[in-house]
Amino acid sequence: MFQSTKRLLAVILALVFCLCAASFVGAQNLASFKTLKGKIDIAGGTAHIPVMKDAAEQIMKFNPNIRITVAGGGSGVGVQKVGAGLVDIGDTGRALTKAEIAKYGLKTFPFAIDGVALAVNPKNPVSALTSRQIQDIFAGKIKNWKAVGGPNEPIHLFTRDEASGTRATFWKELLKKGPINAKANVVPSNGAMKMAIAQDPQAIGYVGIGFLDKTVKGIKLNRVEPTQENAKSGKYPVTRLLYMNTKGEPSPLVKTFIAYIRGPEGAKIIKKHGFLPLTK
Amino acid sequence: MSIQREIPLAPTAEAALKTHWRRLNRRQGRVQALLLLATLISCGSVVAILGFLTYFTVPILTEGHLTAIFSWSWRPFHGKFGILPMVAGSLCLAASAMAVAYPLGLGICGFAHGLGPRWLRGPLMGLINFMTSIPTVVYGFVSVIFLVPLVRTTFPASTGYSWLTATLTLSLMILPTIVLLIQAQLQQVDAKVRLASAALGFSPSQTLLWVMRPLAARGLWAAAVLGFSRALGDTLIALMVAGNAPQVPHSMLDSIRTLTAHIALVVATDSTSRAYQSIFVSGLILFAVTGAVNLSLRRLQSRTPAGKRHA
Repeated sequence: MFQSTKRLLAVILALVFCLCAASFVGAQNLASFKTLKGKIDIAGGTAHIPVMKDAAEQIMKFNPNIRITVAGGGSGVGVQKVGAGLVDIGDTGRALTKAEIAKYGLKTFPFAIDGVALAVNPKNPVSALTSRQIQDIFAGKIKNWKAVGGPNEPIHLFTRDEASGTRATFWKELLKKGPINAKANVVPSNGAMKMAIAQDPQAIGYVGIGFLDKTVKGIKLNRVEPTQENAKSGKYPVTRLLYMNTKGEPSPLVKTFIAYIRGPEGAKIIKKHGFLPLTK
Repeated sequence: MSIQREIPLAPTAEAALKTHWRRLNRRQGRVQALLLLATLISCGSVVAILGFLTYFTVPILTEGHLTAIFSWSWRPFHGKFGILPMVAGSLCLAASAMAVAYPLGLGICGFAHGLGPRWLRGPLMGLINFMTSIPTVVYGFVSVIFLVPLVRTTFPASTGYSWLTATLTLSLMILPTIVLLIQAQLQQVDAKVRLASAALGFSPSQTLLWVMRPLAARGLWAAAVLGFSRALGDTLIALMVAGNAPQVPHSMLDSIRTLTAHIALVVATDSTSRAYQSIFVSGLILFAVTGAVNLSLRRLQSRTPAGKRHA
């Protein structure tokens, strides 16, 4: 009787020690995955995918007993899937709504900052706009590039669907919740937006800063260049956080994964893919 | 197992034959049961889909949001959830795609049945068959790369993502469905009447127009119904090239959003929102329209004399 209680106590102590070790001591680097095994399924926001995939590859290479799958679908899908218990982590590019937290009992873990940039075709001579001009363009009040110092051509307006975290950020931070012209074309992803703008010299739209490259030109907002550095310093105001969400308390493996992403090695991966790590 | 071998064995023959038939009957019964099961499963899933859609739509009806959903303005962040522009978009696009694809399909079938040179028939039908195997996303992607810039440079006021672009792409996608259905029917009729009408002195075009067309009426209707349903049900092409602006189009160059594309765009939103509810109504409308088109054309077809003769 006495002995068995002692043994139970020892087991509990060992377990507590293990958990502490996982969440405090080794959680920052790959070594913390050494003794773990199992599967993590991730789905949701499309901006997160490069970071998640990169981290997953590192971890699976280090410990083949761990399997991690990464799927897209968008922020809304991320919430629905993790809420229904179909995946372990649901990624969102926006904060959860109160209704979502209440409905599914979700826990949220922000890990990176992403800026949203106004983008045009590189052939477009316009390279800077004021927030007032942008609001008027998206409301449909300014219809020609001539009015903002461009050629005498109609403006082709592109926006994102209502489920998009990128749209939510752009709409709240830049348009100040102002109207978006109903005639604007709606594209379903950052990739589709980039493709539409890259083809059309008259187009204007918005993408995550990480998506800017030779094919789409970022517009200076009130003379501030849309770069991740400016986003971090606060000079460029149109930013959002990227989140991982779990249903209730995460399992030890998922907890270690989240700690890894939010640790120093995760920060390197996040930077590599054009986002800014959220340092605590 | 063969019956012939068992018949001459007089006294036992009858018994053997009986067991044989019994076994055969049992096997046939099993096959019938399997087929019945397959039928029940497919019919059941259709009914289940309708049931689910209705089940999710009922709360919207009882909470009195129906008038909000059947309105002309979609601005979900301002409390406006009207899906009528999408209903208009769906009907416009399906109708225009049919207006392009159906005459084209008729022409191709006529060409293959006596109006065109015989040697071209094989390659032409081969091409049409090949078209059925091209995934929809390929049509969409190619259209984004080639057709969208073409429309934009031809009509500078348009962004290229428009009703017109979607019409052209979609008509190409439904063309094989239409051609293959008409073709199958024409082939059946052709075999029966070719020699007779040739003997009566009809030219190939006369045969096609006055003998085969009325006889193949059933296939012509079926092709129309299925072509329209496919055009109405397509999601990816509309989503990729129609522009998705929630507005009633005033010209072929306007950006439009179909009900299917609307569902695809909204399904990722917060599932507790009102916007999310609108997709169930959209689904129900799509279901109802396709069903209505099917039923009305079937009725129309049973009234035509040719349809009756073949029914």
